[in-house]
Parts: sequence; structure tokens; C-alpha cells
Amino acid sequence: MLRRFTTTSILAREEKVGKMATIAQAIRMALHVGETKLGVTDIFGEDVGPPLGGVFTATQGLTKTWNSPLDERGIIGAAMGIALAGDRCVAEIQFCDYIYNTIDLLKLAGNACWASNGDWNLPMTVMTPVGSGIRGAIYHSHSFDATATHIPGWKIVMPSNALDAYGLLIACMKDPNPTMYLKPKALLRVKGEDLIPGEPENEKELRDRIDAPLGDRTQWKPKWPEGLTDFTIELGKGKIVKPGKQVTVVSYGRTLPIAKQVAQELEAQEGISAEVIDLRTLWPYDWAMISESIKKTRRAVFINEDTEVSNFGEHLLRRAVEEHFYDLVARPRLLAGAFLPGVGLADPLEAASVPQADSIRDLIREVAKEAA
Amino acid sequence: MKSHLKVAARTASASPERSKGNQDNVTQLKSNDSKARISPEVLTRIHDVMVKSRVLEERLIKMYKQSDGYFWIGGPGEEAFNVPLGLQVKKGEGKDYDYLHLHYRSSAIVLAMGAEPIGSIRQMKNVATDPYSGGRNFSNHYSIRKWNIVPISSTIETQYASAIGTAIAQKRHGGTGITIVNGGDAGTAEGEFASCLIWASRPINPLPILIIVTNNSYGISTPSEGQHGEKQISDRARAFGIESRTINGNDVEESYQAIQEAMDYIRKERKPFFIEARVSRLYGHSSASGANFVGGEADPLVLFEKKLEESKVMTRKQMDELRDRYTQEFLDMAKQVKQEPMPDASTIYDYVYFGQRGKGW
Ligand SMILES: Cc1ncc(C[n+]2csc(CCOP(=O)(O)OP(=O)(O)O)c2C)c(N)n1
Ligand SMILES: [Mg+2]
Repeated sequence: MLRRFTTTSILAREEKVGKMATIAQAIRMALHVGETKLGVTDIFGEDVGPPLGGVFTATQGLTKTWNSPLDERGIIGAAMGIALAGDRCVAEIQFCDYIYNTIDLLKLAGNACWASNGDWNLPMTVMTPVGSGIRGAIYHSHSFDATATHIPGWKIVMPSNALDAYGLLIACMKDPNPTMYLKPKALLRVKGEDLIPGEPENEKELRDRIDAPLGDRTQWKPKWPEGLTDFTIELGKGKIVKPGKQVTVVSYGRTLPIAKQVAQELEAQEGISAEVIDLRTLWPYDWAMISESIKKTRRAVFINEDTEVSNFGEHLLRRAVEEHFYDLVARPRLLAGAFLPGVGLADPLEAASVPQADSIRDLIREVAKEAA
Repeated sequence: MKSHLKVAARTASASPERSKGNQDNVTQLKSNDSKARISPEVLTRIHDVMVKSRVLEERLIKMYKQSDGYFWIGGPGEEAFNVPLGLQVKKGEGKDYDYLHLHYRSSAIVLAMGAEPIGSIRQMKNVATDPYSGGRNFSNHYSIRKWNIVPISSTIETQYASAIGTAIAQKRHGGTGITIVNGGDAGTAEGEFASCLIWASRPINPLPILIIVTNNSYGISTPSEGQHGEKQISDRARAFGIESRTINGNDVEESYQAIQEAMDYIRKERKPFFIEARVSRLYGHSSASGANFVGGEADPLVLFEKKLEESKVMTRKQMDELRDRYTQEFLDMAKQVKQEPMPDASTIYDYVYFGQRGKGW
């Protein structure tokens, strides 16, 4: 039987930045290491197993994958129980837009250790695609970082490139606590610039090895690169992706590569020197790195695309004000998504709802130039 | 002795009719030729734990009324079902043993498994020595990892979701360990209840779960009859092909037998079984509704003691002495616990993450 996986082909547009693995491929390879070397017993969720292997192809070709009923609360509950039994799972919520009905259970997963005064721990990872950028309309564009960072007991990551996607997922699978892996949808098909340890240098070879064919894949088996390792990016560590002197820019996920590129252009064209930090782990976050940078630049901008009210960037902003009030020479700012019920579909609506290159550029320039 | 109470012997492996989950499965399970007797030792043991847990709950209520605790909720009225359940748990840590996803009326189960009553008293008084939450949680919110008792949460019905996962792990692991989940009747309106039925009965991977609902006919103040159109809650399980029955949870032998048969079936077949136990709620919902003894509900302990006396397993005097002994013991424990320290304010951040002490960010 020949099947066409329309969801995949619509959503999974291939984009080029670097020449290496995409984030989707990096996730797949990390999960392969997880199930073969790190004791991952279950990778599951809606359409996660064969034949589809995930609506973004991130779980193709793995052996521990299986399809669950269409029941997000059941998925989180199952993940909690698997973790309570000492097995190790990666559960997927197909889109974070549909994770909201599980918040009760996410709270519970996050409090089981604390509520039992350290008796129990839940080694589980939940991964879910987040954010705008694929013309996802109202129910495929939500962000989840503001809500996720409001749930204590979880460690929360959000990669912006394939190498980090790999190393952070490995770290999540090794952690004894609940970990939340937010996948920026808009970046899943972006090719990385850095080689993942063990990744073939030729990206066509990688595709031939690990991308499932369209159509019938019942006979298909991936040929995993042999040299893949448990390359780990420590949770809680940010990364300076562009050093600078005049203004600190803290971001993560979809807006990070935009901020980086804008900062490079501003430096080349206008001589504005911005330091861009990829936070990578949202909780626990790398305050030491942010703090050092602010002490140096004395100006700060926080950027993400979740709605601006009770936004995680607001927390960072508050801390920047409280701890660096006398270091700062200009008002620190937050650039985030408009406080709206959703992201509208039409191009002008989406562009006006979440940060874009123009708004990011304008704000960095404004803060850099504001009179001290 | 000739006057032992009767219970069914361990059932033989499930017959083909039984695994069809048809309408008659309740009667089929009940009709069993080979009746065995519960030995006087076991009857006395059951009685002992029933009294112990009743007296403990009454002590907790007194503590609440004397301001030695902020809130009481517990299980007086469920002992005839919960003690036989706790005594038949395969107790231990890890997938070879039973996992328990319980709610706040489960003291008798936990005592039957061997928990020390002083732990409940410490939790009631929210002292630092509270073994289940270090003074963080309400009374009867147990957590005992070494016995697979996962943390009890106040959130109604969420335990039916996490039960899915331990059962998945146990199914894969093999052996005879099962997952046990319990909760009340009103909570079955929540989504997690449906989730549990769906996931337990997936044709691709049926799960070894004993799904229990203790039906006391109320959710706090709301009678179930106005909210629930299903004739019996157990009918809902039947719709998924899950072996299912409604029993009188105020009757020790009926409960013991039903639990034994259900556990035998699940341990062997690695499939779910559903028990709806009709029980009493003898002190109302919680301290929020006064925690006073309510008349008009059958008291399983009174019923059982009557039978024990009639069948000459125990005398009234023995039973009274037992009650007096526990009453005095728990009073002494409560006095002792009053002297124990409250948790230190500096510990609030401890264990947000596993093994972590202090704030950490
Ligand atoms: C999700 C949730 N909703 C509401 C409550 C408040 N609440 C606590 S107990 C209860 C009634 C539960 O009734 P039932 O499930 O029949 O159990 P019972 O207390 O009768 O044993 C309610 C509404 C809660 N704890 N959790
Ligand atoms: Mg009830």
C-alpha cells in the first residue's frame, strides 16, 4: 500500500543555512543513541512510531517508538508512570498547542520529587514542537516557554541549531528529572553549521542513511552513522554565539538565529557591537553568563516569541533590573510576541504578531544608541 | 474450627468465556466450586488492621479538632475493602512488585502493607519527621518508594493516568507484578479515568492494571445519582472489554475474594481488571465538612465484628481490648509527635530536583 504523508511534506520545508544535519535529523540521531546507549525504553506519542515517524520526521527509523492513542493527558500520565517504574522515556506532544490540557499532569511530574521530600524522581523527557514560522495559523503556532518555565521541577531546553539539538537531547535523556525539550518548528529543517560528532561529512550521505523514503517504508531501515556518541551539552549552560561590547541580546529558539544575523549585519554596516547569547536551557538558566555580559555591555535586550505578558523574558528583565540597576546605562527591553489569543495565518498578521528581523534590528539599534 | 468465613480458592486460569468480557462475567467469576476458607489467623489479622486504621483515623480527626493539624481527609468506612487489598499486595520495590497509585482514603491499605501508624500522625501534624512529605502535604498523602507507593496527590483522578505508565513498564518486564489504582466515584467523570480504560485495553498492548473505584455515592456534597447516568461505574469498563464487577466493599469476605480473583487474573493474564466497590463514608468528606460521624451508613467494622463474634473467631472482649490498646498507643504517639520539630524554613527549596538541597539558582 502506498501512502502519502501530506502533513510531513507540507510542514517539513527544507531550508538551507549550513551544510550539516538538520535539527530534525539531529533529534533522530540523538534518540538513536538514547535507545541504544542510554537505556531509553519508550519513544512515543501520536504518530511517533511507524509508519509516519513523527509529523516532523524526528522519530523515523527508531526501534523503541510506538503510536499512542490520541490522548495528551494519557501520554503525559504514561510517561510519568514509565519514569516512576524506573524506565526512561521520551514522550512527544505532537504540537505544543495541544499540551495545554496536560498542565495539571506536568505540574505533578514537576512536583513528585519535592512533594515526596526527595523520595521519588521522574526521569522522563517530553518533547514538543513550538512557535510560529511555518504558517501554522492559530493552532500550530503557539509558544510554550512562558508556561513551561512557570512549572517548577522541570528542566527546560530549546535548541536553535542541530548540534545543540543533539547535545541537549542527550543531556535530557541522561537527567534524573523531568525534562522538557521545546523544538522550534521553524528551525527543524534548517541545516546545521557544525558537525555533530560521528555525523558523516557529506550531508547527502546522511540523508540517504537516515531519512525514510516517501511512500511505502515497510521494508526500509536506517543505516545509522556508526560513530555517533553521547556528546552532551550540559543543561543550564548558555552560549555566546556572537561576542560584542555594546549591548547584550538574550534569546533562544526561532528568534536566536535571526538575532545573531541581525547583530552581525549591525556590526558590519553600522558599527554596533551586540553580544548575542543563546540561552539554550531556559530552566535552570545561565544567569552567570547573562550577568557577566550585562556588566560588560551595560545594556540588555531579551527576545522570544511567546506572548509578552508574564513572559519568561520578563523574569530575566526583572532580574537584570534588580541586580544590575546601577550597571545599566539604558532601559533594558523585552521584545516578545503580541499578547493575542493566537498567531493569525495571513503573512502580515503573523509578521506583526511575533518578532521578526526588522523589529529585532530596530530594538537592538535603539537600545545600543539610547543616551546613557 | 468449623466456623471460618468462606472465600473462593484461587481461581484457575481464565476461561474463554471470561476473556470475552461478556455481560455475565460477574456471575461467572462469583460461581466457583472450590471454596476455600480464610483462616482464623488471617481473619484476625484483617480485623486487627481494620481496627488499627479506624482508630488511627479517629486519632487524626481528634488531632484536627484539637488544632494539631490543619486538615483531615481519610478513609474510615473503606476498611473492609482496603485491608484485604493491602494484605494481598505484592510488596516491594521495582517492577517485580505491585505499584500503587492511590488517593487520600487509602490509610487502611498502607497500614495493611505494614506502614507505621506514627508516620500518619507525623504527617497530620506536618512535622519534619513526616516520612511521606516532610511536613509539606496533607494527611493521608503517602509516598513510600521502597514499596512502590507513588506519591499521593490531592488532584482527583490523575493517578489513573500515571498508572498507565507503570503498567506499561511491568508488561514489558514480565513477571507477576501489577499496577493498582484507586479513587472515588465522582472522580470518574474526569478525563484520566477514560484515559486509563482506553490505555489499559489497547488491543496492541493490554495492561496488567487493577482499576479500582471505591464508590461512596458522593463527591463532597454532590450525590452521584444526579450526575451519573451510567447504571454502574463498572459498566464503563465493560464497554472496553475489561473484566469488571461491582461488589459490596463493606463485606470483608466478598472484598477479599474479589481482589484475590482479580489479582490472580491480572498476574497471570497480564490484562486489566476493574472493581467497583460500594463503600461507606463514615466521617463525611473531610474536615472541611466537620469530620463528624455520620449516621445512616453501614459500618464495615461493626458488620465484620458481628460476624467474627458469631463465628467465634474473636470475642467481644478481645475486640474491645484491641481497640483500647490502639487508642492508647496512638494517643501516646500523638503526644510524642507534638514535641517533634516543624520543618526548617531553610529547606523549602530542597528536592525541587532529585538529590538537590538548597535553592540552586
Ligand atoms: C481535579 C480536582 N478537582 C477538584 C478537587 C476538589 N475535590 C477534592 S475531593 C473531591 C470529590 C471527590 O469525590 P470522589 O471522586 O467520589 O472521591 P471521594 O472523596 O468521595 O472518595 C473534589 C471535588 C480536586 N482535589 N481535584
Ligand atoms: Mg465519592
